[in-house]
Amino acid sequence: MRRAAGVLWAMLLSGPAAAARQSVIHPAGEDAALVAGLFWWLLGGAVLLWLLMNGLFLYLTRLNPVPLSRRLAEMLIIGGGVLLPTVVLAVLLGVTLQKIPMHMRPGDGLRVHVTGEEWWWRVEYWPEGADAPIVSANEIRLPAGQRTDVTLGSARVIHSFWIPALGGKLDMFPGRETRMSLLPQIPGTYRGQCAEFCGLSHALMAFEAVVMEPADFQAWLTAQAAPALPPADARAARGRAVFFAEGCGGCHAIRGTAATAGAGPDLTHLGSRTTLASATLPMTEAALAEWIADPESAKPGALMPGYGHLSGAELGDLAHYLKGLR
Amino acid sequence: MSADTTHILAPQGPYPPGPEMLNAPVDPQWSRESGARLRAVWAQPRGLRYWSAVNNSEVGQWYAMLCFGFMLAAGVLALLMRVQLAVPGNDFLSADRFNQFFTMHGSAMMFLFAVPMFEAIAILLLPAFLGARDMPFPRLSAYGFWCFAIGGTFVFGSVFFGAAPDSGWFMYPPLATQSEGIGADIWLLGLSFIEVSSIAAAVELIVGVLKCRPPGMRINLMPLYAWYVLVVGAMILFAFPPLIAGDFLFELERSFDWPFFDPERGGDPMLWQHLFWIFGHPEVYIIFLPSIAIAAMIVPTAAGRPIVGYSWIVLSAVAVGFLSFGLWVHHMFTTGLPAISLGFFSAASEAVVIPTGVQLFAFLATLMAGRVRMSVPMLYIAGALAIFTCGGLTGIMVALVPFDRQVHDTYFIVAHLHYTLFGGMVFPVMAGVIYFYPFIRKKMMSPRLGKWAFWLVFTGFNLCFLPMHLTGLQGMPRRVYTYPDLDALNWGWLNMLSTAGAFVMAAGFAVFLWDVIRPKGRDAAAPRNPWGGGTLEWTHDVPEDPGWGVRSIPYITSRYPLWQQEGLLERMDAGGCYLGDAPEGLRETLITTVLDARPILVQRVTGPTWITLAAAGFTGGLFILPVFKLYWPALACGAGAMAAILWWLWRDTARPPEAARKPVGLGLSLPLYATGPASVGWWGMFITMLGDMTAFASLVFGFFFYWTAGDDFPLPGAGHGQPVLCGLAAACYGGGWAAMRLARGWNRGGRVGRARLARAAAPVLALAGALAMAGAVWLPGLDPASHVYPAMLWAFAVWTVVHSVPGLVMPLYCLAGSLRGKLTPAHDADLWNCTLYWHFLLITALVSAAVLGPIPRLM
Repeated sequence: MRRAAGVLWAMLLSGPAAAARQSVIHPAGEDAALVAGLFWWLLGGAVLLWLLMNGLFLYLTRLNPVPLSRRLAEMLIIGGGVLLPTVVLAVLLGVTLQKIPMHMRPGDGLRVHVTGEEWWWRVEYWPEGADAPIVSANEIRLPAGQRTDVTLGSARVIHSFWIPALGGKLDMFPGRETRMSLLPQIPGTYRGQCAEFCGLSHALMAFEAVVMEPADFQAWLTAQAAPALPPADARAARGRAVFFAEGCGGCHAIRGTAATAGAGPDLTHLGSRTTLASATLPMTEAALAEWIADPESAKPGALMPGYGHLSGAELGDLAHYLKGLR
Repeated sequence: MSADTTHILAPQGPYPPGPEMLNAPVDPQWSRESGARLRAVWAQPRGLRYWSAVNNSEVGQWYAMLCFGFMLAAGVLALLMRVQLAVPGNDFLSADRFNQFFTMHGSAMMFLFAVPMFEAIAILLLPAFLGARDMPFPRLSAYGFWCFAIGGTFVFGSVFFGAAPDSGWFMYPPLATQSEGIGADIWLLGLSFIEVSSIAAAVELIVGVLKCRPPGMRINLMPLYAWYVLVVGAMILFAFPPLIAGDFLFELERSFDWPFFDPERGGDPMLWQHLFWIFGHPEVYIIFLPSIAIAAMIVPTAAGRPIVGYSWIVLSAVAVGFLSFGLWVHHMFTTGLPAISLGFFSAASEAVVIPTGVQLFAFLATLMAGRVRMSVPMLYIAGALAIFTCGGLTGIMVALVPFDRQVHDTYFIVAHLHYTLFGGMVFPVMAGVIYFYPFIRKKMMSPRLGKWAFWLVFTGFNLCFLPMHLTGLQGMPRRVYTYPDLDALNWGWLNMLSTAGAFVMAAGFAVFLWDVIRPKGRDAAAPRNPWGGGTLEWTHDVPEDPGWGVRSIPYITSRYPLWQQEGLLERMDAGGCYLGDAPEGLRETLITTVLDARPILVQRVTGPTWITLAAAGFTGGLFILPVFKLYWPALACGAGAMAAILWWLWRDTARPPEAARKPVGLGLSLPLYATGPASVGWWGMFITMLGDMTAFASLVFGFFFYWTAGDDFPLPGAGHGQPVLCGLAAACYGGGWAAMRLARGWNRGGRVGRARLARAAAPVLALAGALAMAGAVWLPGLDPASHVYPAMLWAFAVWTVVHSVPGLVMPLYCLAGSLRGKLTPAHDADLWNCTLYWHFLLITALVSAAVLGPIPRLM
């Protein structure tokens, strides 16, 4: 009943619930659902207290401006200022203090390690017992119904990792690892975003968070672990040649090729992601070509140099090759 | 604090004054003549020399208008940001410009508006509440104002050159330590400079409340405003120094690459977060409490009866002050701290609701017990309550850790903080401007324009900020210069609403501004007590203000003298209370004891001068030139500032008076000279040094923070401070301190020659101590850029050496005073103050020596 009322409220306030993919009040995970449920209680209580306080003021100044007894006035200070908040706060703290360690509970085996970069996300999947990670970037996939450990770090400045639909945020520090865990419940595609100001393109540091059925997730992870597909057609082969001629492998890795560098995002399965440039552009060949030609126009301060000197055909070929890396 | 007989002569004559004395008629002719003399003494300079004024009413007005100007300028930045965010994917502002704007909006609103506005209003009003003629150190207020004006213009001006800081008002390293350009340096040095003026104002206000009350105004009779000023002054004293210590480390990292916050070399960005929020959270209450204080003056007037629950309010204000220092970690709930810390700080954050609630309910109780007359200021108070309770209730939500982890750094927080600051500061201050306008300008503001401004600001505010709660809950983070046009986000319409509201609000501020500055030459003069208030500020003179504060300083026996002490006003006006005359042609105010306000001293206060402006200019050079790496010119400016301040102290402070006592009226004769704790100068030094010690304690905190947080501190295998030199430094400072102590005793005992010798020895020992301290880190070859451990040792050495400079100059100043007859066995205030400084210098030096040498060897 309460949840139904909450959903109704949320729909009234924000349009169709299905569309809100980065929303605290449209939870899809255990931790987020707890907070969303708590919020409706808090909101109700807050509205009530607000009306009480301001109603009293209105009554005293406008409706009944005659002096009342001093004794009553002093009781108001003690009752309203001391007793009422003590009771309310005791209840609130009693409920929430015990929930604080919830996001630190150990996971069910899988660990995802995310490193904040400027301005993208380096993602490593560590299945239980693995001795090397499966590397990806700018997209997080999680199995539904399982608690996954999330460990966080950063390359240079502080970022904050946040998927509102799944749970609270946690900061990412250089030189220090922070950890939490998430338990997604409803499969779907959600959106996360950096929540700690991290410089010029902080606004453009987002990612897609895909929650999958456990079996689908396993299949996907197995595919991600595989080396990159060879070029499927002549155009892709030309694009691959451009990739190596331009020295893209100096920063990026495409597993199964000579490109093994780790400065930029891993591109082995770039084409399988839903977005480009940490959820700034759609994953299309046109967007890829546009991005490669001039990354700074899409993301101010991006460290990747522009390749505007390439011809349209070369850019198209390169984009075609990369899009084919599924 | 009783007046110690070794520090001051005892008063002569009857005190307290009996009723027959207070009812005795005052000779009208004497009244006229003494009034004319007083008027001449307190006349403000005219023409260009007007700007050399130091009187609290002038300085307070300049200060307040400048703060208002910075607020409008920072508001314009907000409007530009709102235009950028009105629609998704907008390109009205570039990312770089937007980041500069939001950094400057926050920094300016905090450092150039909210805190200095408190200081401005307090400087302007406090003497009037206390029936004092001026603040105890008028030139310190003027110096603080000019520092603020120079520093504020420098910091805000950087926006126009595209060189403004762009790392957020919280300046988190490593982003801010590694940011290119001079923006971060402007923030660090410019705002440190302004913090100096804040601390100067805090010292001034604390001493004002403690020592400048009218006779009889025991501490439990003070207007609530004075209580709040006392609490907030103390908070500034303990909150700003940690930030100054943080700025010191931060700027050392930026200028010389000492890695305090660089994790690769043992540093830790978390130390900055702790130091910043140990400052930053009390800061919120430093802004909030003085505004509540304004409400505490308006509400009893509107109710037409004394405040209900005076003691409850005082206790609550003090409790908020204390608690506010234990909440800072709630700004860091998402940094991965252990659950036990989170739980503790969550509960502490909620606890502050209780004293805050007590204050609000005490106001409601006062309205309940009185017969309320609604006025325009009360309309603003109503608006403040409506908005503040909303911000307070969302505050209860965000203090809950699981909820905060969702909304932290989102627009929900933007909404929350603006609700608390508008309700807790902007609306009460606007109420205060309207309420006190007739006191300041002797004219009324327009009730019609006041209502227009109120409804525009109130409506616009809610239209702007209420939707932001939902924007934040739907996942929009703060400090983003743009957002995508996705159905999945659906933030566009909410942002458009906020932008529209911002412009409505801006229109309201424009109306308010117009009402403040519009020419009112043709308006009738305001009545003397237009709202029917009961406190001393409404004894002011109408239609003109001769600058003297009150015609004569009353004897107070109640909290609301104008309501509760019959005939008081008439007697004050006739000059028949204390200090109604100025026969020597000098500016004077009364000094009373701390608790029961017995008059003990006539304090000669300083008059108009340009030296404060010169001192502020040189101090500005000291702070601003290092931004451009001009270190030698900066040091020259530092020397200039010191010379200017010495000139000002030498010429006009602590001069032996022409007589031991003078009659002050009502049969009482008070001494004209005090030394040690009986003098205001000693209190000024003591309070300043408490702030300085707090900054030093923050450094010590940093040292032990690194020790507990990292496993390479002290760096294994690294050298420590040279032990012999550490010991030598400690011995030299100890010797210098002993010399100062002995000099004080010898001088008092009349052994002037011996005292002079000791005073000559102290600077030599200070110099030797400083050299030994520097040698202790220099000789072992500790490289401060290599790791945070040697950097920290160097920081302690630098701190101590810098503090040795005043320790070196002060004995020489006293020596010169002794040779020139300014300092004698009976007139030794300077010597007491300098010895007091040396007490603190000794603590600093001994702790530094211990941290350099023995302590790390034990770790």
